[in-house]
Amino acid sequence: MQPLAKLLEAALFAASRPLTLEELGSLDPTVAEAAVVSALTELRATYSEAHGVELEEIAEGWQFLTRREYAETIERAQFALRPRRLSPAALETLAIIAYRQPVGRVEVDEIRGVDSGAVMDKLLERGLIEVVTRSEGLGRPLLYGTTPSFLEILGLKDLEDLPRLEELSVALRRPTPVEEEE
Amino acid sequence: MTAAVPAGSPGFVVELEKFSGPLDLLLHLIREDEVDITDLPIAKIADQFLSVIAELGLNQAADYLEMAARLLRIKAQMLLPRRLGDDEWEDPRAELVRRLLEYQQIRELVDWLGRAADVKAERFGRGYEAPPPDAPPAPLQIDLNDLLAAAERVIALIPEPMLHRVVPRPLDVEGATERIMKLLGERDQFGWLDIVGKNATIVDVLSAFIALLELAKRSSVTLSQLEPFGPMVIQRATPREAA
Repeated sequence: MQPLAKLLEAALFAASRPLTLEELGSLDPTVAEAAVVSALTELRATYSEAHGVELEEIAEGWQFLTRREYAETIERAQFALRPRRLSPAALETLAIIAYRQPVGRVEVDEIRGVDSGAVMDKLLERGLIEVVTRSEGLGRPLLYGTTPSFLEILGLKDLEDLPRLEELSVALRRPTPVEEEE
Repeated sequence: MTAAVPAGSPGFVVELEKFSGPLDLLLHLIREDEVDITDLPIAKIADQFLSVIAELGLNQAADYLEMAARLLRIKAQMLLPRRLGDDEWEDPRAELVRRLLEYQQIRELVDWLGRAADVKAERFGRGYEAPPPDAPPAPLQIDLNDLLAAAERVIALIPEPMLHRVVPRPLDVEGATERIMKLLGERDQFGWLDIVGKNATIVDVLSAFIALLELAKRSSVTLSQLEPFGPMVIQRATPREAA
């Protein structure tokens, strides 16, 4: 294994969160990003078999993760705890924000058909969503988007990893403006 | 298409906690009836929706009531006569259908996200913390010279200690006592201002006050006030009391 790959291995081992390519590159400013990528690829290949952990691209970074097949045993021994499941309401809200970001509270409420204030507050608290900007519209409401933590809990590399709307069985015809008389 | 299910029949029992809102309940009813969402039998769905929320005592759930009102309005609009081939006619169900389809899409995404989260939950990172805060501070590295330099900088910031000279100002209780005794010899009764005068210093006031209390304790004088906070009347004690 090349020295750079070993250095990256050590850094990834020491970190308790995914490290971005930029962060990994800062370990040795003399090497080009391409070299870091190729070292990471080499490292991933090394771990792809014959190891209990794998190197994964996740949350716009890289992280060592245990293999799925050991989850139950590790959890039974209480060495690590499975994170709590998100509620259906939280997932619904996250789905809307992930696909519509940046999006305001009113729009989320409207799509869900229920008030989502409390759910959004909880997601903000957990760091899964954040305020990204303000709308230019009336009252300049805050607009929300997802955070890297959102990608991390779903095990996604980036937002491109989400399924494309066209791939879903329910294809939504793009908003044909339907005026509703009040 | 199934026949309209009378309210209260087993096929109609739904628990509302299972639904995340009126759209979810509507989708459930549509699926149960296996009807085409884009050609919604609005009268039937509206009736079912109403009987569900009535049965579940949902009169307090504004979101459900609002949807009920919307359904009834659409139902009414559908009943209005219209000419055949009227291009101007807009399907009153269109907005609701659009929202239902949109919501259905979200539900599909929810399933996908839930599965993704479940898969990820079975893979542990090192020292998993949820959610990761800012990067932890690097372990402290310091050498002795840095430490001493830092200590000097801190010491340099400490201001010169402020010193106060405390001047002892002895009370002259004996002097005040003499003054009071002299006044007692001259008059039957007198007031506080007769003792201390107009421009008394704090020391004079304190001395006189302590002298008065002392004399009162020895029963040489009696102190009285005609009313709360009224002027103090100082009198020689009666000879019997003095004895």
